[in-house]
Amino acid sequence: MTTPEPTPPDHAPFQAPWQAQLFGVTVALADAGVFTWPDWTRALGAEIARETPYWEAWLVTLEKLLAGLGVALPPEVAALAHRWEEAAHATPHGQPILLENAQG
Amino acid sequence: MPHDHDNHLDPMDARVRALETILTRKGLIETAAVDAIIETYAEKVGPQNGASVVARAWTDPAFAEWLERDATAAVASMGFTGRQGEHVRAVFNTPDQHHVIVCTLCSCYPWSLLGLPPVWYKSPAYRSRVVIEPRAVLAEFGLNLPEGTKLRVWDSTAELRYLVVPMRPEGTEGWSAAQLAELVTRESMIGTGLARVPA
Repeated sequence: MTTPEPTPPDHAPFQAPWQAQLFGVTVALADAGVFTWPDWTRALGAEIARETPYWEAWLVTLEKLLAGLGVALPPEVAALAHRWEEAAHATPHGQPILLENAQG
Repeated sequence: MPHDHDNHLDPMDARVRALETILTRKGLIETAAVDAIIETYAEKVGPQNGASVVARAWTDPAFAEWLERDATAAVASMGFTGRQGEHVRAVFNTPDQHHVIVCTLCSCYPWSLLGLPPVWYKSPAYRSRVVIEPRAVLAEFGLNLPEGTKLRVWDSTAELRYLVVPMRPEGTEGWSAAQLAELVTRESMIGTGLARVPA
């Protein structure tokens, strides 16, 4: 055993704000009954088994679940994600990014 | 190429915002509720909850017995209930038996007692290896158990999550539950560590 893989002092649950946001959205959806938590963990486990990095697996799982339920379809998500990127680009640094700031 | 002073959204960030926008527009979630969930689990709920349960079990034999028999009800009596209606089982370490928890599938964890899991708990290395070679994994955490101590690994699920009740450190006779709770680390309640020994 040369390199200890699971190293203890990594205590923060989130490494980036989007991970916290994603977590909050998912729990809120379960609270609202859009899916059950056991259904969620089964789907997440299947995605993690594909060796997708943890939070990316979480996002892909949620996108697939919502697409399957017809709640958010991939083209709609992709288009809106692009608009968010445009909005970020058009927003001066230090100000909150608003979707309305996107061009077009 | 974006200029340095431009905001540049990580593609993951943009996809999360897109989902949240769609879901909010459809009335399935509310921004305030999402923010409250994040605040709760990022800042309010943490291992101090589990530590108070463990310290009480150390000082109150009737509570310890209840915790062993029906942990879900015992911890609910202290105000700790699982958000998803999951059950909790407490497993007690003894000189002969050490317990450690994992979720081999994903990251199931007793949120209400320990907050959200640390990064290593979710890592493929921990999830797969702690089942196959628990002693080696624990040694990497600096925990070298006596050879005679039996080791049991508990695999958490969405429906059932485990809490390890570590052994009370020696030299703490007469300590209050509040004092004892300070000795109960997150690792000791996962089983990758022991409770702190008083200095």
